[in-house]
Amino acid sequence: MYTTLIAVQTLNGLQLGIILFLIAAGLTLVFGVMDFINLAHGVQYMVGAYFAFTFTALTGSFTLGLLLALPAALLVGLILEVLIFRHLYDRDHLEQVLATFGIILFLNQGVKVVWGASPLYVPVPELLQGSIQIFEGFFYPIYRLAIIGAGLGVAALLYFLVSHTRAGMLVRAGATNARMVSALGIDIRRLFMVVFGFGAMLAGFAGAMVAPILSVEPGMGDNLLILAFVVIVIGGIGSIRGAFIAALLIGLVDTLGRGFASDILRLVMDPSAASQTGRAIAPMLTYILMALVLIFRPSGLFPVKR
Amino acid sequence: MKTIKVLAGATLALGMAAGAAKADEVRIGLMYTLSGPPAALGEQARDGFQLAVEKLGGQLGGLDANIFVVDDELQPDTAVTRARGLIERDDVHFVVGPIFSNVAQAIQRPIVEADRILISSNAGPSDLAGEQCHPNYFNTSYQNDQVHEVMGEVAEQRGYSRVFLLTPNYQAGRDAMSGFKRHFTGEIVDEVYVPLGQLDFQGELARISAMQPDAVFTFMPGGMGINLVRQYSQAGLTDRVPFLSAFTVDETNLPAQQADALGMYSGTTWTPDMDTPGNAEFVAAYEEKYGHVPAMYAMQAYDTAMLLDAAISSLDGDLSDLEAVREALRNAEFQSLRGEFSFNTNQHPIQNFVLAQVAQREDGLFQTEYVETIFENYGDVYAELCSME
Repeated sequence: MYTTLIAVQTLNGLQLGIILFLIAAGLTLVFGVMDFINLAHGVQYMVGAYFAFTFTALTGSFTLGLLLALPAALLVGLILEVLIFRHLYDRDHLEQVLATFGIILFLNQGVKVVWGASPLYVPVPELLQGSIQIFEGFFYPIYRLAIIGAGLGVAALLYFLVSHTRAGMLVRAGATNARMVSALGIDIRRLFMVVFGFGAMLAGFAGAMVAPILSVEPGMGDNLLILAFVVIVIGGIGSIRGAFIAALLIGLVDTLGRGFASDILRLVMDPSAASQTGRAIAPMLTYILMALVLIFRPSGLFPVKR
Repeated sequence: MKTIKVLAGATLALGMAAGAAKADEVRIGLMYTLSGPPAALGEQARDGFQLAVEKLGGQLGGLDANIFVVDDELQPDTAVTRARGLIERDDVHFVVGPIFSNVAQAIQRPIVEADRILISSNAGPSDLAGEQCHPNYFNTSYQNDQVHEVMGEVAEQRGYSRVFLLTPNYQAGRDAMSGFKRHFTGEIVDEVYVPLGQLDFQGELARISAMQPDAVFTFMPGGMGINLVRQYSQAGLTDRVPFLSAFTVDETNLPAQQADALGMYSGTTWTPDMDTPGNAEFVAAYEEKYGHVPAMYAMQAYDTAMLLDAAISSLDGDLSDLEAVREALRNAEFQSLRGEFSFNTNQHPIQNFVLAQVAQREDGLFQTEYVETIFENYGDVYAELCSME
């Protein structure tokens, strides 16, 4: 019984990790390639979820809604890049933080104006409704398995794009030395714009994928953004591979920590003290992990060579 | 120049005449949360009260009802400022509200000590029912613990021996667990507190699957409850582990939970389908006017208006003697939509508590429906701590 619980919680951890990866992938590229801190990345996730809601409602099909939400999220990312972010690349980090924080406030209020403050819900697509029995007595929602599958697919696609295409090569080169890439005759501004738009679309994809299981509401990306920053710090800034491994690691540590901290403590403490301490410790685990990584590998698990 | 002064003087005089208190009106402040995500609850209460006043021809007990609606914004400090405004600027006789207990705890003293009467139509924190009770404070809803006690008693009566408890990690969540345990003698297999605002419950649901309890009890208000119910149903748990709850599946959340909430249980004092005098007309009138199914918040506010109507009638509209007004409220004869209703020594209700289950109506809308009565003429345990001196 206990091993099956561990297996199910591992699946849950994987699912959280996949979502985190989709958000962190764009974040780490933007940070690594452009040296630009974009706090507004979590808002892109929220915008993706809202687009999925609207397009699903309009077309009556989640698949169509998802397919329409992706270009819409890309468009929002590109508009933000052209109107605002472009003018911030040469500023220092503090000014970038202030400006992108302002965008968070602006867009969180903006979605309230357009969609209202109350949470919205997207129905689970009919094909993926219900749950399947994966172990004796253990049911797992099919849709969550689909999220894991889709996330792994996107990760494989990203790996291919970054490692085996010319654009990917430029991105990797940009992460190592942007000035040199520019000196070699590559339009670095255009590369930045492509990277930015792509990152925004990935975050939007994550938002659209979770819309059927979580409520779509203003500020839904803010909490995940913090975890996404933890992910890119652990993974190594600018490294897609690092972001992938770190995201799964954080997803697993967070979920298994919440699930089992009390049980493990129960071996050495009395039950009520154990559950109280477990509750307090579980949310800290991801940050403890980050602190440990920073002590022993200050530039992350998979640092980009400079 | 002179003309202007005269005009200004005349306008001022007219304005003052209009603003001056009329003897034949009753002024009531409605204080509910009307902004942010929990606004749906406050709006239901406001609409329920106004529906009653409308039904009574704009009067309460023969006096013209002058109603001031204010938003407490779910901020205790804002609520206190607005309550003072109702007393000092609008000179209200009664304040009705609020939805949330932390707001009630903040506004009770400033209102009762200004010799005005506060009638809580929803919040029922234990301190205001016990040691902090006051002759000028009435409650027409329930004491918070009682709805959780209902679910504990249900689990006890149905012979559930292993129950899993799940609430948010804040005061009301801890109160819910202790309320549940008051009548439940079986084993609590686990008590899980989640951070307030958590939206993904997959980890907790896996734990429930693993432990295979006889039932789950939860108090998960607002958006958290919507997510929990949807995920509980998606995980295929509804049929295997009965879902006992309070403030989680109600008519404010059901439009979002839809069929995912079918079959889930809730502890309450009233359901829209209950066969009590006037209930069917109330539900029909409310739905016609506002376009959605009323929840208990609307019913309680409606009842509060009916209570005021009966009390003011019995005084022949004379609100000058505060002690007489209190006495009239205590003894008011009105027909509650819940059925039997009377005040306990702490001026909180003695009433029935029922088990409700979510069902779909013939017109496709979802509502909670009456299953059985769990407690009859039930008062709260804090009444004995209350002395009205």
